[in-house]
Amino acid sequence: MKYKKVKKLKGDVIYSGDKYKEKSWVYSGIVKDHFFHPRNVLLDDTYYKADGIGVAGSPACGDMMIVWIKVDKKNQKIKECKWRTFGCASAIASTSMMSVMVTENGGMDIKKAMNLKPQQILERLGGLPDRKFHCSVLGDIALREAVKDYLSKKSEKNIKNAKRKKTIKK
Amino acid sequence: MRQIYLDYAATTYIDPIVLNKMLPYLKENFGNPSSLYSIGRQAKTGIEYARVSIAKILGASSQEIIFTGSGTESDNLAIFGVAKFYQNKGKHIIVSKIEHKAVLEAAKKLEKEGFEIIYLDVDSKGLVNLSELKKSLRPDTILVSVMYANNEIGTIQPIAKISEIIREFKKENLLPLFHTDACQAAGALTLNVKKLGVDLLTINGSKIYGPKGVGCLYKAKDIKLDPIIVGGGQENNLRAGTENVALIVGFGEALKLAEKLRLRESRRLKKLRDYLIKRILKIVSHSQLNGHPEKRLPNNINISIASIEGEALVLMLDKYGISASTGSACTSNSLDPSHVLLATGLAPELAHGSLRLTLGRKTTKMDIDYVLKILPEIIYKLREISSMSLNYKK
Repeated sequence: MKYKKVKKLKGDVIYSGDKYKEKSWVYSGIVKDHFFHPRNVLLDDTYYKADGIGVAGSPACGDMMIVWIKVDKKNQKIKECKWRTFGCASAIASTSMMSVMVTENGGMDIKKAMNLKPQQILERLGGLPDRKFHCSVLGDIALREAVKDYLSKKSEKNIKNAKRKKTIKK
Repeated sequence: MRQIYLDYAATTYIDPIVLNKMLPYLKENFGNPSSLYSIGRQAKTGIEYARVSIAKILGASSQEIIFTGSGTESDNLAIFGVAKFYQNKGKHIIVSKIEHKAVLEAAKKLEKEGFEIIYLDVDSKGLVNLSELKKSLRPDTILVSVMYANNEIGTIQPIAKISEIIREFKKENLLPLFHTDACQAAGALTLNVKKLGVDLLTINGSKIYGPKGVGCLYKAKDIKLDPIIVGGGQENNLRAGTENVALIVGFGEALKLAEKLRLRESRRLKKLRDYLIKRILKIVSHSQLNGHPEKRLPNNINISIASIEGEALVLMLDKYGISASTGSACTSNSLDPSHVLLATGLAPELAHGSLRLTLGRKTTKMDIDYVLKILPEIIYKLREISSMSLNYKK
């Protein structure tokens, strides 16, 4: 049986008939998959040594994310991105997708990661309802904070090393 | 997979007995109740029979029942109807902070139009502050609206006490009037308007195993209202539009049945409710009960679970066939969590992590045990990925 496309709304396809039943979950199939099977969750942070940590959101608003990253020192690419999220299904799925995006294909360059846009995460998720947009905005903010944290730690280290070199010279 | 419906406060299925009584009015008895010929008169009889049965349960006379299109419409009719008709006598209205949106939004609309609205505080259990009510009553107060039982936390308000306070204040005067939204109370508590002492009372069909899209407003005889919908003068000139006969008939039958089962069903549900609450609070760490431990609807369970967001929890439960609801912002159209939970002084993050389970006629002990098996697993899973549970692992 062929299904008729009825109406198109901002990337959202509404089907008539039986197809509607399959389509009836609140979010896209990709969101559903990442929500029920989140990738790269950091289950235990006790012994995890991250190069950078970033936090975004607040519990009072109903969404809060923590992102841990490990950066390859040679090529400045993210080699690991772990996270934990307090939030709704779309917040969980968008952090999970974000972690996949920055680590796939040998890792994302940290400069590129700094400029990751929520729209890019949204696209990969197959769209989110309009009112859920703010949930996907937080993932990239947490990532940016983590990269910034890494960079500031790095420059601190450089300063320390430089100081040490100076003292040795003296 | 097992399907367990635990959202009876959202709506109920239509009882088969009720549906059977409705069907003839959707088929052969299609007449317009305003018509003079026989099928019109049959339809009229159906409506009037429903009116009489509802009036009997409310301890009212049948002229005091106005059929509407929903609980929301009844609430609106009560608030706008009184406000518009009596605005020359005063523009002061008192409502509680935990009213249903149908009352709150109506009040807010009047506020924009120049009415003065007092929003009564509630305590941490959801009970209205009676001394604040006493202080708030003024000679220009025209209406007080406090809901009978809350839809989210199930707290039952002392309606008879509130009406006594109002009566003491107004003495022989007509105003202020007292309206109560009893949509959640129907089928669980007494609806006798004389005992409650109310002037206006709202109930609807969709919470009492009747059809959706029908409700009624009880309005004491000597009270006048300004109608919202005008036209052909149906419902005593208070709600125009051809009556939806099948829904009204179903509504009447549903309330009759609910009243018949009320005491027995309440007793049964109370036991299940208390068992479920006790077990959840014991099994799930960092969980707490919202609402009043005793003065609550027999079918209502509302708990907050720390470091978990309600929408995620509800979607996970749905995967296991359990239908529940939450006061989290993510299921509403606003970014704020439930106004009811916030009014009780609950921290926003706990309001986001609230779960409401409401039991009904088909709920069994086996269903409850299934929930008690699944729920802790899901909570464990969500806490494992939650950024807030780092402080107190597992």
